Amino acid sequence: MLLNQFLLLAAILFCTGVYGVLARRNGVMVLMSVELILNAVNINLVAFGAYHHDVTGQVFALFVIAIAAAEVGVGLALVLMLYRNRRSIDVDDIDLMKG
Amino acid sequence: MVAENIAFYLIAAVMVVAAIRVVTTRNIVHAALYLVLVLAGVAAQYILLAAEFVAVTQVLVYIGAIVVLFLFGIMLTRAPTGPMDDSDNEQRIVGASIAVVLLGLMSYTLWRAFKGAQFVDLQVQTTAQVANSIFSTYVIPFEIISVVLLAALIGAIVLARRD
Repeated sequence: MLLNQFLLLAAILFCTGVYGVLARRNGVMVLMSVELILNAVNINLVAFGAYHHDVTGQVFALFVIAIAAAEVGVGLALVLMLYRNRRSIDVDDIDLMKG
Repeated sequence: MVAENIAFYLIAAVMVVAAIRVVTTRNIVHAALYLVLVLAGVAAQYILLAAEFVAVTQVLVYIGAIVVLFLFGIMLTRAPTGPMDDSDNEQRIVGASIAVVLLGLMSYTLWRAFKGAQFVDLQVQTTAQVANSIFSTYVIPFEIISVVLLAALIGAIVLARRD
């Protein structure tokens, strides 16, 4: 197996996630796209760890998974609060601070 | 080696199609279910990379917890579970071009930088090795992660409770 196989797969996932963050309206769907980006990073970490015969890549992948869990928890709480206050979770409507 | 490559390309094809469906489907519940497919594919790639503990954690945390959390979020915000007409905004074309340009740049750079880099005698890195590394070299980051998780937990409760 080539290292590049995994790196390119991660690049595709990352760019799909970037498109999702930019183009989605629904707050929950934006969070899903962020998960795609985080998973792309994790594939890179584990692939480089395996390439260098080092467990550090896996350790950092585990850290990223923990951070992702925290991020989703807080993110969904924010989306829920947004829904309670405005009856909509359309991220394009949140423009109170737009000049 | 050939079997591993076939497995990689099969799983990768499923993952790419599912990832594109996550960001293009109009139905939000379908997006969450396609996300499960992507996450399971990522776990399978970890197995191919001989990272068994991360693969198991991926299944437990991502598929077991995070996707369920997403489904809760969908239900609590009462998003339409049928197809939505306005699931994407008008920046769709700009977003797609940015993603394609970024992909082109990244693939070109990665291809040039790691041309011919192969995995040589891939060994299973056991859970014990991972644990040794976490609890010796990376024990301080590990403790900080625990505090971050606790803070996120309290923060989520404070934000989401009704008062």
